[in-house]
Amino acid sequence: MSVRLTLGPVLYNWSADRLVDFYARIADEADVDRVHLGEVVCGKRAPFTDAIWPEVIERLEAAGKEVVISLLALPSNVRERKILAELAGEERLVEINDVTGLALRSGRPFVVGPFVNVYNEMTAKFFAERGAGTVCLPVELPISAAVVIADAVPGIDVEVFAFGRMPLAVSGRCYHARLAGLHKDSCQFVCDRDPDGLDVSTLAGQPFLAINGIATMSHGIEAYCPPLYELETSGIRRLRLSPQTCDMVKVAAVYRALVSGSIEPNEARERLVAIGLPGPLVDGYTRGLAGATFAPMA
Amino acid sequence: MSLELVCPAGTPSALRAAVEAGAHSVYCGFRDETNARNFPGLNFSPEELTDGIRFAHRHGAKVLVAINTFVRAGSPAAWMRALANAEAANADAVILADIALLDHAKRHHPKLRLHLSVQAAAATPEAIQFYAETFGVKRVVLPRVLSVEEIAALAKDITVETEAFVFGGLCPMAEGRCSLSSYATGKSPNLTGVCSPPEHVSYSDDADGTTAKLARFTIERFAPDEPAGYPTLCKGRFIAEGKTGHWFEDPVSLNAAELIRPLAKAGVTALKIEGRQRGKGYVAEVVAAFRQAIDAIAAGRDDPDTARRLAGLTEGGKQTAGAYKKTWR
Repeated sequence: MSVRLTLGPVLYNWSADRLVDFYARIADEADVDRVHLGEVVCGKRAPFTDAIWPEVIERLEAAGKEVVISLLALPSNVRERKILAELAGEERLVEINDVTGLALRSGRPFVVGPFVNVYNEMTAKFFAERGAGTVCLPVELPISAAVVIADAVPGIDVEVFAFGRMPLAVSGRCYHARLAGLHKDSCQFVCDRDPDGLDVSTLAGQPFLAINGIATMSHGIEAYCPPLYELETSGIRRLRLSPQTCDMVKVAAVYRALVSGSIEPNEARERLVAIGLPGPLVDGYTRGLAGATFAPMA
Repeated sequence: MSLELVCPAGTPSALRAAVEAGAHSVYCGFRDETNARNFPGLNFSPEELTDGIRFAHRHGAKVLVAINTFVRAGSPAAWMRALANAEAANADAVILADIALLDHAKRHHPKLRLHLSVQAAAATPEAIQFYAETFGVKRVVLPRVLSVEEIAALAKDITVETEAFVFGGLCPMAEGRCSLSSYATGKSPNLTGVCSPPEHVSYSDDADGTTAKLARFTIERFAPDEPAGYPTLCKGRFIAEGKTGHWFEDPVSLNAAELIRPLAKAGVTALKIEGRQRGKGYVAEVVAAFRQAIDAIAAGRDDPDTARRLAGLTEGGKQTAGAYKKTWR
């Protein structure tokens, strides 16, 4: 069976209107099998979008997409833990992004997100025994590790973060607030100005990272574009496409063409660049190199 | 009950220095990728660990062995061996982060006391109780994302001991959940037990001063008269929105000496000093200062001005109370 495509949760502070429009278009036009939604990065953002989800979910499901509710990566207060406990009781599939989520969801089906440290087959098996059907591996893990895990734990779908700026770190501190001279508790939601994250470059002017509230993202756009034989022999069953403001319908189309074997990796990369991305392509992690590396530079 | 002082030992001589300076417990790791301070010239062979533990026990101190990286897919042998060696050496506890290892330790080393490493980043009662109930973890090293007030609330909701960092290096990111180092170099705490590894560090001088790079990325520039510090990625200077600054964290160290009493009141069991990469002189000095403060507080006396005594030992003399104070966020 062909590799499936997953649209990851929106990791940035997009307005409710923007999210509604985005998911309407995903429902109508994007060739993806599974769609994640919900706030993962910052619990303070959640109240602004709470009201839109029932309709968004209905529309996506009516369009034949499987919906997964993604949970917070760093729940840090009573309110956020309450939300987590509520969502963990969902009938629909949920994605845990912290062991807190595992504690609340264990025993019922769930997805393990890339913020959870599944670095080996033993940990993957542990999660599988507690209800994990899919594990999206940490972004820094090489494909060689994904192959070992997929081989050792056939009961789970191994998913790889294949497209988008990678979440590299989370913190108790909000970097958007810090840059604006504010604190997290009085942040004024300044992260909403940067729907793809706020570019950070080195003192030599090299684009390097991107600030996204409490998360630090890569500046480079992960673009795991393997040849079909590699994908088919790897045991990887799903590729995750992480939303940026670029045309995600086109991104999904590129990956669909790639996993169905109708285009080669180089053409996929060229088509991705042509879409207009917020950074250069990178894929070093997939080959066990520095994450900021790109194939032609290796 | 008096606070337990948990002190770093990167070498056998640092272990002896820490014990002699008054450490209640010392933590250390094996000389390989199984621990999160996998730097050249540091750490213990199994024989050195056995000797070190014998020395510590003779002096009434405990030894906690950090095996706190994540098992490499397909190659668990080094981690399994580390667990077996720690038990054989008579370690008082092992400090683990990977669920794979916690699970293995529970099944195959049921007598070994388990502590949850800060690298596991368990910051909520639900997560901590999960580790306690599933693996029998007895103590959690608290992630450096919590304020003192939050620690106090947390301690009421959990059944295990807590250990809080009070001095030394400070990760602004949630530990065990940071890939910044591998993004630049290919090596990270979780993958290889190193952050901003020295073999990727280079310095170059010109008229304007010294430039410090990590792999091909400029992390910091120092003026000609400024001492060139180590380019730890998250403490570098970067440009965002046209402004230059230490946008993640300043080159500071954690110094929570003035918070010993509030942390004790919050229910913390043990205070932890970071610094397995530090020499024995530094370790002895910091340990002695903290031990004096802990003893004074336990006896109901005033803290003998530990915070100021330690200020001179922090990185570049700059210090912070980190996330323990909410304004840090």
